[in-house]
Amino acid sequence: MPDVTALAERLTGARTSVSAIPQLSDDTPDLDLDTGYAVQRLLRSGRGPLVGWKLGVTSRAKQQQVGVDSPIYGFLAADHVLDAGEPLTVAEHINPRCEPEIVFVMGHELAGAHVSSTEVLAATAGVAVGIEVLDSRYSDYRFTMPDVVADNASAGRYAVGTPVPPQGIDLRLVGVVLEHNGGVVATASGAASLGHPAAAVAWLVRSLAATGEGLRAGDVVLSGGLTAAVPVSAGDVVVATVDRLGSLELGCR
Amino acid sequence: MPITDAPARARALYDARRDRTPIPPFTDSDPSLGMADGYAVQRLLVDLILADGDSIVGYKVGLTSKPMQRMIGVDSPDFAPILGSTVHVDGGTVSLSTLIQPKMEAEIIAVMGERLQGPGVLVTDAARAVAGVCASVEIVDSRFEDWRIKLADTVADLASNGAFAVSSRVVPLTEVDPRYVGMTLTRNGELVDTGAGAAALGDPLGVVAWLANVLGDHGIALEPGHLVMTGALHAAVPMAAGDVFRADFDRLGPVTLRVVE
Repeated sequence: MPDVTALAERLTGARTSVSAIPQLSDDTPDLDLDTGYAVQRLLRSGRGPLVGWKLGVTSRAKQQQVGVDSPIYGFLAADHVLDAGEPLTVAEHINPRCEPEIVFVMGHELAGAHVSSTEVLAATAGVAVGIEVLDSRYSDYRFTMPDVVADNASAGRYAVGTPVPPQGIDLRLVGVVLEHNGGVVATASGAASLGHPAAAVAWLVRSLAATGEGLRAGDVVLSGGLTAAVPVSAGDVVVATVDRLGSLELGCR
Repeated sequence: MPITDAPARARALYDARRDRTPIPPFTDSDPSLGMADGYAVQRLLVDLILADGDSIVGYKVGLTSKPMQRMIGVDSPDFAPILGSTVHVDGGTVSLSTLIQPKMEAEIIAVMGERLQGPGVLVTDAARAVAGVCASVEIVDSRFEDWRIKLADTVADLASNGAFAVSSRVVPLTEVDPRYVGMTLTRNGELVDTGAGAAALGDPLGVVAWLANVLGDHGIALEPGHLVMTGALHAAVPMAAGDVFRADFDRLGPVTLRVVE
């Protein structure tokens, strides 16, 4: 087993100094997924109260591109949040990229190795449009799957719109539009995340069960990027719209 | 012996459609051909097709996405009439034997309720003239070898339109903002791609306004009942006999098409 503590320190150093590092697997060839998650848990223990979770690699296209057939997850801590109207300070990040998300806010706790999307929706208080700011600590987003898991699934920051109750909304079909500096750059529907965003959350719950964890009431879950992520610079503005959930605007300075 | 005049080019495309045998792109022998040359051939080709008893039921607008525009090297869409002989019903079949190298695209169709003619048409004029929007799949096809097309080629070739299927449910604009209509395309029950209406030039109604203004330059109006295909919401998908394609649109409903030999 590689030195998990040393690997976590390298990633924390990259984040706090806002400077990219080479992927860990370059000099740690035996880095596997389990080790990646062990590094991620160590990072989590140093980040204060847990706010929720995020999913990554949820589109079939991306899974095929990197040669895997399941998503990954990362954690969200209080300092990942961009509060309503708060701009993104680009200089605090290495290589920030924005993508539209459907965000779940849990109304009840949910745990178990056999949870399905039906139970996820029953335990959900609200769903909202979100923008995730990805920020890989690795140069140019070059990494293996264990690398990106160790790097907390490239979690950077996130912003969430106003949640609405999920009842009566077919999240598979809702239209998703990403605008960058006033122009449409990508579209999708909710199905872009694992066929249904609630199915992605169900996968998360089943995965957390392996370590005896689950979702708590109030937890926030980013259910997976729905389009390709757009790189942002100071002065940019990004708008994500999810039909039936609303719009969210993020300024970058 | 390369063909050098518009009537001969129109005839070559007419024969390629009839024989389902693709021909070399016109721009191979004359790279200087541009958009105006393409439309000149298109008009003559449409005359030949209409002389056989076909009809114009509306128009398609193509090259509405930035990736497609970059691929062809243009910064505006193109258009072509769509033909009554190529309409399929929701739930119907399309035969590969009528096509050359087809691909499937899901898109939103606008149905005209009032006459609309440019110039000077605003997106608000388009919104007033449109009776509603409906779910659709277009089958794009090229009469040129290996889809090796440049702008003048695809314009001449009816904007690479092959056939289409349209849902019978026309949803008025009071109930839907076409920009935010989500769509999932499945093939044999498996998710192939997703998109939303804004993929078409940012707004399908903007596409209708663009078309009305460009047709106005040619002295043509959009008439009540005309269909306007507003542009693909995702990258075109190859199709094979036995495939069942279903494009499911939020607020508009699905359209299904089965592919047979």
